[in-house]
Amino acid sequence: MELEYGPEYELFRSEVRQFLVENWTKPVADGAIVEAASFRRQATAKGYLYRGVPQRYGGSEQPADPLKARVIREEFTRARAPREIEGPGVSMLVPTLLAVGEDWQKDRFVAKTLAGEYAWCQGYSEPHAGSDLAALRTRGEIVDGTWRISGQKVWTTLAHRAQFMFALVRTEPDAPKHLGISYLLIDMNQPGVTVRPLRQMSGGREFNEVFLDDARTPADWIVGARGAGWQVSRTTLRHERDLVGGAGATEDAFRKLVELARDARCDGRPALESEDVRQALARIEGYVLAQRFTSYRQMSLELAGQDAGLSGLLNKLNGTEIGHSMANLAQELIGSYGLLTPAPKGERGPEKWIGQIMGSLGVAIAGGASNIQRNIIAERGLGLPREGGAQS
Amino acid sequence: MKFLLSDDQIQLQDAVARFAADTCAAGARRSAFEGETGFDAAFWDGLMALGAGAVSLPLEHGGLGLELLDLALIVEAIGYEAGPGPFLGHVLAGHALSRWGSPTQQAEWIPKLASGATIATVALVEAGSETSHYRWITDLDPASLNGQKAQSPNAELAELLIVGLRDGGLALVAKGAEVGVETCDDIDRTRRLSNVTFKNAAAELLPGGRVDDLLDAARVLVAADAFGGARRCLDMSTAYAKEREQFGRAIGSFQAVKHQLANLAVSVEPARGLYWYAAHAYDRGLEDRAKMASLAKAHLADVFMQAARVMIEVHGGLGYTWEHDAHIWFRRAMFDFAWLGTPQVHRARSAQLSGW
Ligand SMILES: Cc1cc2nc3c(=O)[nH]c(=O)nc-3n(C[C@H](O)[C@H](O)[C@H](O)COP(=O)(O)OP(=O)(O)OC[C@H]3O[C@@H](n4cnc5c(N)ncnc54)[C@H](O)[C@@H]3O)c2cc1C
Repeated sequence: MELEYGPEYELFRSEVRQFLVENWTKPVADGAIVEAASFRRQATAKGYLYRGVPQRYGGSEQPADPLKARVIREEFTRARAPREIEGPGVSMLVPTLLAVGEDWQKDRFVAKTLAGEYAWCQGYSEPHAGSDLAALRTRGEIVDGTWRISGQKVWTTLAHRAQFMFALVRTEPDAPKHLGISYLLIDMNQPGVTVRPLRQMSGGREFNEVFLDDARTPADWIVGARGAGWQVSRTTLRHERDLVGGAGATEDAFRKLVELARDARCDGRPALESEDVRQALARIEGYVLAQRFTSYRQMSLELAGQDAGLSGLLNKLNGTEIGHSMANLAQELIGSYGLLTPAPKGERGPEKWIGQIMGSLGVAIAGGASNIQRNIIAERGLGLPREGGAQS
Repeated sequence: MKFLLSDDQIQLQDAVARFAADTCAAGARRSAFEGETGFDAAFWDGLMALGAGAVSLPLEHGGLGLELLDLALIVEAIGYEAGPGPFLGHVLAGHALSRWGSPTQQAEWIPKLASGATIATVALVEAGSETSHYRWITDLDPASLNGQKAQSPNAELAELLIVGLRDGGLALVAKGAEVGVETCDDIDRTRRLSNVTFKNAAAELLPGGRVDDLLDAARVLVAADAFGGARRCLDMSTAYAKEREQFGRAIGSFQAVKHQLANLAVSVEPARGLYWYAAHAYDRGLEDRAKMASLAKAHLADVFMQAARVMIEVHGGLGYTWEHDAHIWFRRAMFDFAWLGTPQVHRARSAQLSGW
């Protein structure tokens, strides 16, 4: 058992640090404006970003090395330097295109997506098809060599800023449910696409309804074969599940929760001195650290070329449950003023926790709701009999 | 970074797991559970023949020279089978002797402990205080020991006791007439607890011995046992859910049961690394070792208790019978929950050690 990174990685760490000092920390401290885009280009050239993407598509094409990736993430975070562009384009579409896309599709879309020139939204969910995604009804058919698409997508994050959508569309109406779907790429800037903002419970305006009314897309803007869209989309969902389970983010949130308990008052004394609060925090910390060590173990298994098995399936639900318990405690700690009148905005204070208290529910729903995770764990992880109809 | 077991560790754990499964299937668990002393000779002799008693003892006295992590892996495997007997106290006493015993003490006792010819145990806490030796009364002056210890595992069977002292040190006592053992009618019949009274008992100091460290080692082992037990509860419940039919289908096809078991998997499986790390931190003397011993003990004790409750519920009326073995794990979960301090006690300690 070895928890140190080892000399090779410590050397790598100092290289990354040196790079960051020269290209980010020092210029910024000296008042220079470093453009994120050009910084990302340099960091990619050094092999620090987009490591899984071939160079001809704008990546740095590095051999898979989760430890290096971790060192990079740690150092970039510490220096507050820009990392890979966030969003479904980079995290979901690019891996899918690399896995099953045509060469011209990779040439056309990948590099610009990595550079942040193309923003994407994920058009999967529909009013009648959420967990039961394969029930989706948006129709697509080829007319005169062009796809014509009609239907409605909903809860589409960042659709209002996206140039393109990757969408699941029913193109083979006579085929069985899962075999009638295709994975299409759609330009959002066209008369057949209407985006209507949908406000979130937190007040934010990040997701939308998207109405497709005879929207057009070229015949070859399809990823994978006709009717293979369900399979194609699985690559991306798996990817997103890994992201949401991230142990590092949970640890950050936990540290902030302890700070909140230090600052918050309970009968005029720091809440952190209250025995109830200490118990509650220590209980949550048990789960947070268990998640840390299971992620170390999963990473070590990956390094050793072994499968993480059951534990890999638990990450999203595990993270979600910890998020719920942190929300419950935070709600106690910020107290009635913080909860009921969380202004003023911008200060370090309660309003951030309102975001976590509500946002933890978003995490529980998006990317495979918790009950669906439980189905997956029970059926795929524990081998219990599958439920007729409900897909896990 | 390699947060994984070595091939040797995997082999050792597998060997113990296979042995324990076979011997318990042949009746060791039940016979010890129903018996007078909680001892099963076949189980004990077999474990010793595998070298499990020698794992963390020094090489020069016939031990394998391994660490607490290796011991914890064995304890997990035994916990999975609810293997009965004095192993826990025995290896803790051996660990104390290896770490702090004088050359003479080691030469005299360690070979006998390594083979299991002599059974040893620890007598650490006193009624009312599981974390602070300052509240204890047991004292060594200068070679005679007086006091009373609570909840010493399998003291009835032991010939050698390692005893915690009020000044935080440790004493070694060969059991004689001045040592009174009163075995309790305890919950976990696979690991019997006794109160032990010392009246001017002949004893020696373990030079430099630290009861706080020994308690932490014990907590790590309890956490390992709890992980093994919890894993077993999940496995038994899953297997039963696949086989038991009601309403014309396997109960494991009902979503309510699936979700109960999925939730259990989420609480059990990720906790494995918690006891691994706590053992590793102890072995390396890392700064957070005491905190992690407490946190791992608290967390896994709760997880095991919850797993045992779910298991009984999933087994229905069958699980509620004395004949079915499910309650043997339930009782072991109660032992792991309470012995050397409940989760609440250890969360309070962990909070303090975190600087909160
Ligand atoms: C913040 C946020 C961002 C999102 N972003 C996007 C996006 O960018 N693109 C996109 O396509 N979608 C997006 N979604 C939609 C998301 O994928 C769906 O909300 C999710 O899949 C659940 O579907 P639903 O809302 O229809 O809930 P439903 O499927 O109606 O589920 C409602 C409840 O029933 C439970 N349930 C459903 N089926 C079962 C079953 N078989 N067994 C047990 N329980 C069941 C669920 O667990 C849930 O608790 C987003 C959602 C949120 C909250």
